[in-house]
Amino acid sequence: MDERVAAAWALLPGYLSQHVLLSVCALGIGFAISLPLAVVASRSPAVRWPALLGASLIQTIPSLALLALFYPLLLALSALAVRWFGHGFQALGFAPSLMALTLYSMLPILRNGTAGILGVDPAAVEAARGMGMTDTQRLLRVELPLAAPFIMAGVRTAAVWTIGAATLSTPVGQTSLGNYIFAGLQTENWVYVLFGCAAAAILALSADQLLGLIESGLARRAPWRMWAGALGLIVGAAVALSPLVAAPGRETYVIGAKNFSEQYILAELMASRLEAAGARVGRKEDLGSATAYRALAAGEIDAYVDYSGTLWTNVLKRNDNPGRAAVLAQLTAELRRRDGVLVLGPLGFENAYALTMRPDRARALGIASIDDLARRAGALKLGADLEFLSRPEWAEIRDAYGLKFARLTSYQPTFMYRALEGGEADVISAFSSDGRIAADHLLVLADPRHAIPPYDAVILISPKRAHDRRLTAALSPLIGAIPVAAMRAANFSVDRDQAKQTPAAAARALAAKLRAPAH
Amino acid sequence: MTTESAEAPDAPPAAIELAGVAKDYAGQRAVGPLSLSIPRGQFCALLGGSGSGKTTTLKLINALIAPDAGEVRIDGAPIGAEPAHLLRRRIGYVFQEVGLFPHMTVAQNIAVGPRLALWETPRIAARTAELLDLVALPASVATRLPAQLSGGQRQRVGVARALAAGPAIMLMDEPFGALDPVTRDSLGGDYRALHDQLGLTTVMVTHDVMEALLLADRIVVLDHGRILADGTPSALLADHPDPVVRALMETPRRQAERVGALARAPAHG
Repeated sequence: MDERVAAAWALLPGYLSQHVLLSVCALGIGFAISLPLAVVASRSPAVRWPALLGASLIQTIPSLALLALFYPLLLALSALAVRWFGHGFQALGFAPSLMALTLYSMLPILRNGTAGILGVDPAAVEAARGMGMTDTQRLLRVELPLAAPFIMAGVRTAAVWTIGAATLSTPVGQTSLGNYIFAGLQTENWVYVLFGCAAAAILALSADQLLGLIESGLARRAPWRMWAGALGLIVGAAVALSPLVAAPGRETYVIGAKNFSEQYILAELMASRLEAAGARVGRKEDLGSATAYRALAAGEIDAYVDYSGTLWTNVLKRNDNPGRAAVLAQLTAELRRRDGVLVLGPLGFENAYALTMRPDRARALGIASIDDLARRAGALKLGADLEFLSRPEWAEIRDAYGLKFARLTSYQPTFMYRALEGGEADVISAFSSDGRIAADHLLVLADPRHAIPPYDAVILISPKRAHDRRLTAALSPLIGAIPVAAMRAANFSVDRDQAKQTPAAAARALAAKLRAPAH
Repeated sequence: MTTESAEAPDAPPAAIELAGVAKDYAGQRAVGPLSLSIPRGQFCALLGGSGSGKTTTLKLINALIAPDAGEVRIDGAPIGAEPAHLLRRRIGYVFQEVGLFPHMTVAQNIAVGPRLALWETPRIAARTAELLDLVALPASVATRLPAQLSGGQRQRVGVARALAAGPAIMLMDEPFGALDPVTRDSLGGDYRALHDQLGLTTVMVTHDVMEALLLADRIVVLDHGRILADGTPSALLADHPDPVVRALMETPRRQAERVGALARAPAHG
């Protein structure tokens, strides 16, 4: 078996169990809310239209956005809970995913339930009234049993949607089958992407078929079909969820990572050192930039690697550039004072934004620095990663040099390099530690006005772990130990097309190349 | 038109009494004002064409429709005195579309009334068997679903279901309307026998003059929500001052005479 397929298989129990747990809970809660709402809606037109309209509106929100919206909402609620009750709750991961998916599952159940109850043969409804049933008896004994096949069809649709959309819970920190897809997309590991898609599709189809068996059992009044479908669902869910029961308790430490190769590798490197020290370690990967810092400050992850310039501009909202050492020193003092976050120290390399061009193109246009670029930008296309154009650094660079491009386009980092290679972009916002710069012999444009702040990679420790000796002891040897060349090589081993490494393998190779500690 | 039961003060109250009852739909008078007294044990047919208000009148009796004016009394008590669902449990109702519950077996359909009355399970089982026998259905249909029955069988189950909880009053809305003539005749005859045997008070809505004449003790002819005629079948058949009623009775009388003549004629023609 291919090494990547084997690696994907090994991750399946963990991903699948989380995915199933999330989907089952979301569907269960969605059903518990939607069915009573459908009953009320079928009785009262005044409720029916607002309820159906609301559910339809939720459906028009892209599911990824819906998931993302719940994180800040829960963070605010958690802060309130801390103030009122003395303790908050997890705003990252399961809770926001559950809420978004619950909302998402409601429309089909609500719509089918309402239509099913309204569609019950009026003769049967009149007979129920005429024989002296109360409203509740009529609902329970006549309307709901007769509407059951329609309601079940709605549950089926909701199940397929929910299982599909649950893959999108990965970026808000909930492990799911989407971990394959997001990680695979970042590292161009198409085996992972396909594996994740196939696993989610098989799961959705299985649930659909089993629920379909129950639905047809209800419609044909064939109890064995209902029991067979229910039994299949219960056994399937139990098997999928069993790793959760077998898993030994909660992780001791949680290491975070943003959504690109270097972050996966460094997270693996930190996790492996902690594991070597005997700790249990969980990972929350594919976090957005702002999400990662807030999650750390809130104690939902214990450590991750961020970059001084990113924190400087995005967290401290500074737009000056006092120099590499000063940024690092002020950052360390400010983050501790403001959020209690510990900056353990720089890893020894920078991963700066670097406006980068193909050398032949740059030569042809006579461009060597961003100043040169500014003169030619009106005819050029800039390709950026998904965050860059909305970050203050871009505004800084743009205003410092008066950059005005013909077109601005955002890409997944991987596709950004492809766009440069294929000529869809003339300039890209590359990363200085990216192995592809050296591998593709790309030209990094000089920044004579120092508009781009320094981006030292630093390990951040959450406030509640700031005095955790085991954690600091395990991670401190990494400080100043990673030369940029080693990091580039590790990144490239994951990003390249041929003989790709998994982030864990790249982390092992990197660990062997660490610089001896300075002391 | 007057009702024929001029009651003495100490006589038992009428089983069903409508006193000045009226019902409007969207400002349009559908029924009434209408006064009608039906004594216990009577088989009364409400006869009329579509739009005559006969089904509305029937539904006013068991509070499926609330009157805009007037009062309905059952055994002398106004029907607003108890919750409508409790009243309806005491009154059997056979629906025009039968309205059997498609997700329940025949036995479960028949048991709906007794279960609402919280009977014990063995008593319900015995009653179900008894009723199947009463409406001349084989015991083997008990476990079938309504969709597996013929139209006539479904109507019989509808009658059995209405009778199950032992009501003293039966309301029937065109109960045999959708059946072929032979089934219709035999089911009608069977029901009339049950009516007598169980001492029921029955109000049957029909648009079929012949059916009303053959089954009922009394025929109330309705037109535009008003009583046009009220009398025994023979009285209405003999003569009536109203030309509409006379025309209504003309067809069955002529048919009866021709059938009679045919029956008396030599068999070989």
